[in-house]
Amino acid sequence: MNTQNNILEALGKLKEHLMPFTDHRPIMIGIHSGGVWVAEKLHSQLNLKDPLGTIDISFYRDDFSRVGLNPTVRGTHLPTSIEDRHIILVDDVLHTGRTVRAALNELFAYGRPLSVTLAVLLERDGRELPIQADIAGIHMSLGSEHYVKLTGPEPLALTLLEP
Amino acid sequence: MTDTDIQFDKSGTLRHFLTVEGLPRDILISILDSAETFLGLGQREIKKVPLLQGKTVVNLFFEPSTRTRTTFEIAAKRLSADVITLETSRMSTTKGETILDTLNTLEAMHTDMFVIRDSFSGAAHLISTHVPAHVSIINAGDGRHAHPTQAMLDAFTIRRHKGDFSNLRVAIIGDILHSRVARSQIHALNILGVPEIRVIAPQTLLPNQIKRLGVHPYYDIEKGLDGVDVIIVLRLQLERMEGQLIPSDREYFRFYGLTPERLSGARPDALIMHPGPINRGLEIASSVADGEQSVILEQVTNGIAVRMAIMATLMGRQSPSPREAD
Repeated sequence: MNTQNNILEALGKLKEHLMPFTDHRPIMIGIHSGGVWVAEKLHSQLNLKDPLGTIDISFYRDDFSRVGLNPTVRGTHLPTSIEDRHIILVDDVLHTGRTVRAALNELFAYGRPLSVTLAVLLERDGRELPIQADIAGIHMSLGSEHYVKLTGPEPLALTLLEP
Repeated sequence: MTDTDIQFDKSGTLRHFLTVEGLPRDILISILDSAETFLGLGQREIKKVPLLQGKTVVNLFFEPSTRTRTTFEIAAKRLSADVITLETSRMSTTKGETILDTLNTLEAMHTDMFVIRDSFSGAAHLISTHVPAHVSIINAGDGRHAHPTQAMLDAFTIRRHKGDFSNLRVAIIGDILHSRVARSQIHALNILGVPEIRVIAPQTLLPNQIKRLGVHPYYDIEKGLDGVDVIIVLRLQLERMEGQLIPSDREYFRFYGLTPERLSGARPDALIMHPGPINRGLEIASSVADGEQSVILEQVTNGIAVRMAIMATLMGRQSPSPREAD
């Protein structure tokens, strides 16, 4: 479905909307795995001062008792204290909202940020929690039987998984 | 049923952790990898993660313990479980019965996991055959048989310093005969691919069949330590010794104590490990136990992360809810 042009366009849109935020010296944090790939692109384009942070939500998943411990936990690495800082949280696809819920919980285990802004490459329908993106590169309506997946990191590509 | 079979549930997922003997290498590696991530939590502002929220863990210690008991307790708490720790002694003549009675009582409180230490070899195994399907058992040391979480934390500590296991010479010194730690370590290190494991002890403290475990026995400590990468000193278990197995404390130290002179025969970067508690001046000289090559205290810290990894692995399986169990 999606060519790399769509992704470039979406990244351009995210960059444009995030530019005004850079005055607040935000810390950018990507959610493993796809969110980190997107965040890497944005981070270099926005010339942010603090290094990119990464977050792994494995310990905060709400389906742990059903699917078990993720065998490839990559861990959370935050470059500096998030206390009283503005955070830009980046993910690839916003679908149910459960990943973002888990990421917020993980984030708050490290401190109390001043604000969290959610930026996603693609937002789609199917939310199960009251969580919305502040900035989204692509909007898509898919229906509950379809899934969309970002592959990467080079090149980034969106794949639609048929039921 | 063997220990290995009983450790898995019907779907083939690890349910109990009774022994490392017979476990496949990929399970051990995945526990070590998870432990690596849990170790990082110790540095955070909030050290808790909610993986075992709502679960109840009971630590049943029928034999005294400080570090194993406390690190299990901290591990469960950092996973957000509710934890009860019972350290009690019981009459040795009615072992099987009392242990199951105690267990039934605690099970009536809807416990999800028992961590069990007992002086009776096979206690954890026995209990694992009597609990409902949603309950997991961890062996925290049973008699002379096994102490699998200690073996895992030792393997974890070795991997953190040496990178991998494929080129290592590991020497275990001391009371092999009474040591469940040694037995579990030997199994774990064999599974993880350590090519050479040596055991160093007087003949009276080495079981006759030790070679069957794939180790090289040495009665001479100088020869045994030559060129090794890791030295594990065991505690002399005076309380388990019946009869005269060592001539005297001083004699033992003279022939088998780890001294700076003897250490110099090992590789210069050899790790010194000890499961604790240390008998200073008996199996190890103080200057060695506190020296630069010693990672004895790090073993304690690592023990928390490894026990978290094991608990999370067992509790994360697709467990039937208590209502639909059995």
